[in-house]
Amino acid sequence: MSKLILTVDDSASMRMLLKASLTAQGFKIESADDGQHGLERMHEVKPDLLITDINMPRMDGFELIEAVRAVPEFRGTPILVLSTEFSDDKKARAREAGATGWITKPFDATKLGAAIRRVCP
Amino acid sequence: MSDELDEIQAIFFEECTEGLTIAEEGLSAMAAGDVSADVIAGVFRAVHSIKGGSGAFGHGALQAFSHRFENVLDEVRAGHIPPTADVTRIMLGAFDLLSDHVAAAQSGSAFPDDAAMLEQLDAILASKGAAIEDSIPAPVAEADEFGFTPVAAVVEDFDSFGFEPVMVDLDDLAPAEPAGWTVRFGPSRGAMANGAEPMLVIRELEDMGGQVMGVDISRLPGLRDLDPEDGYLIWTIVLPATVDEQAIRDCFDFVAPDSLIEIGRAELSAVAPVADATMPIAMPVIEEVERPALTLVADNIAPAVEKAKADVPGQTIRVDLGKLDQLLNLVGELVIRGSILSDRLSPTDQERVELPELSRLTRQIQDNVMSLRAQPIRQAFSRVPRMLRDLMAETGKQVSLETTGEMTEVDKGVIEKIGDPLTHMIRNAVDHGIESPEERIAAGKPAEGTIRLSAEQKGARIVVRIADDGRGINRERVRAKAVERGIIAADAQLSDEDIDSLICAPGFSTAETISNISGRGVGMDVVRSNVEALGGRLEIHSVPGEGTTFSMALPLTLAILDGMIVRLGKQRYVLPLTNVIETVQPAPGQVQATSPTSEVIELRGNYLPVRRVGEMFGLSDHRKPEESLVIIVESEAAGHVGLMVDTIDNRREVVIKSLEDNLHPIRGLGGATVLGDGSIALILDIDALVVATGFKSALKGMAA
Repeated sequence: MSKLILTVDDSASMRMLLKASLTAQGFKIESADDGQHGLERMHEVKPDLLITDINMPRMDGFELIEAVRAVPEFRGTPILVLSTEFSDDKKARAREAGATGWITKPFDATKLGAAIRRVCP
Repeated sequence: MSDELDEIQAIFFEECTEGLTIAEEGLSAMAAGDVSADVIAGVFRAVHSIKGGSGAFGHGALQAFSHRFENVLDEVRAGHIPPTADVTRIMLGAFDLLSDHVAAAQSGSAFPDDAAMLEQLDAILASKGAAIEDSIPAPVAEADEFGFTPVAAVVEDFDSFGFEPVMVDLDDLAPAEPAGWTVRFGPSRGAMANGAEPMLVIRELEDMGGQVMGVDISRLPGLRDLDPEDGYLIWTIVLPATVDEQAIRDCFDFVAPDSLIEIGRAELSAVAPVADATMPIAMPVIEEVERPALTLVADNIAPAVEKAKADVPGQTIRVDLGKLDQLLNLVGELVIRGSILSDRLSPTDQERVELPELSRLTRQIQDNVMSLRAQPIRQAFSRVPRMLRDLMAETGKQVSLETTGEMTEVDKGVIEKIGDPLTHMIRNAVDHGIESPEERIAAGKPAEGTIRLSAEQKGARIVVRIADDGRGINRERVRAKAVERGIIAADAQLSDEDIDSLICAPGFSTAETISNISGRGVGMDVVRSNVEALGGRLEIHSVPGEGTTFSMALPLTLAILDGMIVRLGKQRYVLPLTNVIETVQPAPGQVQATSPTSEVIELRGNYLPVRRVGEMFGLSDHRKPEESLVIIVESEAAGHVGLMVDTIDNRREVVIKSLEDNLHPIRGLGGATVLGDGSIALILDIDALVVATGFKSALKGMAA
């Protein structure tokens, strides 16, 4: 069973790039273009893993993570942040919100795959 | 893949162009004096996106420059650097250079010289924007003269979460002999929160050739003090010397920073210090650890359970849905056995074997199992907003959505099955109900239409309503179409409600042009039969010019029903008790005929319509009303109605067995059940029955 991943990023090229590189590694990808849609898609597709950007219009990544964690069904769903941000403050905030891990953009597709398997075997 | 990448890259450059436009507008606004948070955040986000994509597509120079630009914007955004005229002027300059960088990356030509600008940006950062003219460009250690050096964040593309990388200094490692690695790993409480799973880390280490040498259980408290969400164990794992240290560290990427993580070169003997409290060798680790806990169980189970309750509110466990269904089924069987017992035992014997108590407990188990399967209906509602946005884009109509009652709990099986009918009714409301903005304005309505989606519990049913404020059903057109399609006779006398319900007749479609939206070959007839297959009913209420409301009344559960067993001739039927108001033994003359086919009962000065259920099912009997019983029931569609039956047997909980697995849905029947004596009784669907009798042609399909 290939794992289903929901990627949330406001940049279409980033979404496509993620989809192309992760599909090639055997993952199934769904995507959403901001936090608000991300939350709706969570309920629709119930993914094995959520990967989200931080800076997005209409509900940023932190808010999305908090909202997702507030849903009992998603309490145990791993969430990775994929962002160009890298400050310790932001990471601490993401962890507080309920993120499982943080990956700094740009990403190397193979390493990203390995990181995904680290939280979602 | 490379074609695909080119394509994605082309989209990235389009996004860059958009981002540059936004940034330019924002910076111009700032230069003109608008330094509101929104404007600054907009510029920041635009530059940030360009940076993110440029890294992903390998445009290092563009990435490096946008990163430095973003740093300044981030400080301005955070309020650390005031957006003075000078600062804004320099940022406009940086913007121009950013545009050049994008152009260079796109065309593959030489990068612009950005050294001077980078110095200026760094000066702003160093001086926090104060007195830029005088400030000396701050020395930036990592930047070489071209300013191209990738910043730290770019290099560490797998950064952990502030995870303090361990106690081992790289220098200390240098002289190490080729000894194996010893890793000590004690996941903290946090390491098990947020969907993280420490066991995966251990597995990954094992995949790299690691071996669990022992588990330190010295921190493990007694069961009484054990917090199931805390981490007490420390694993010792040995890895071959050939494994790369970074690879080991990578495994701990996402482990919470307060966990114990020690990575060191060590002889196997170094493991010894923990050996006191350590279980020997790997394989039986789990068993070994559990053993002491198990011996405590008998003594401490009650306090432990209490403690778990007190300390860990909202703790949950995942259960396979199949197991719940199995449980529900077994409870159903238990209910049937209970009925059989109460049939066979005399009331005294029932008391003697404590059957009433057993029934009460069975009832409680039943309620509990039901509630396990209950979920808020929000799950079914959640896909509506997205769908509406798509529909608005397709139709050019404007619609806002109001939802209420989304926390109403319903059986999971019901939630799963109402998705499709709901989707279709929403499509229908947008496509046929809501008018175009121009039409609405002409009709004196707001340009934006409203769809109200609501759910509420009514007795043993949940009622889901989809109400639009559109044009309502055009009854003339519906009628004409129904005649044209041969669904009704040209001279048929139909009430408004009858005409409205025609849109659910098989093969009916009023849309003059089949639209992309509703016209998918699925009509309202399929919606209705889906709802009825769930044991529900679909009702339509429409006011011309004001809108249409679809109501789906669905059973809360698909499994058990409190019923009244009635007799018709030799047959027994089950009436859902929730519908029953009272039963009446009519006196002579209390039931009167008002026409050859209709009768009423006089009840405390009111007249209620009476249906002879036996006749409706083709069991023609010509009993006098005073030899029968009239059961007054409440129906959604027609209010209070009397149903005439021969006698009442008793009241009983029955387990609903679906007929749909083997038969087509039969209007008027909600299923069947097995009675205490093993015989089968059909369950009446009061509302369908009442509606059907009001509509003679429908009776044909009902003869059972």
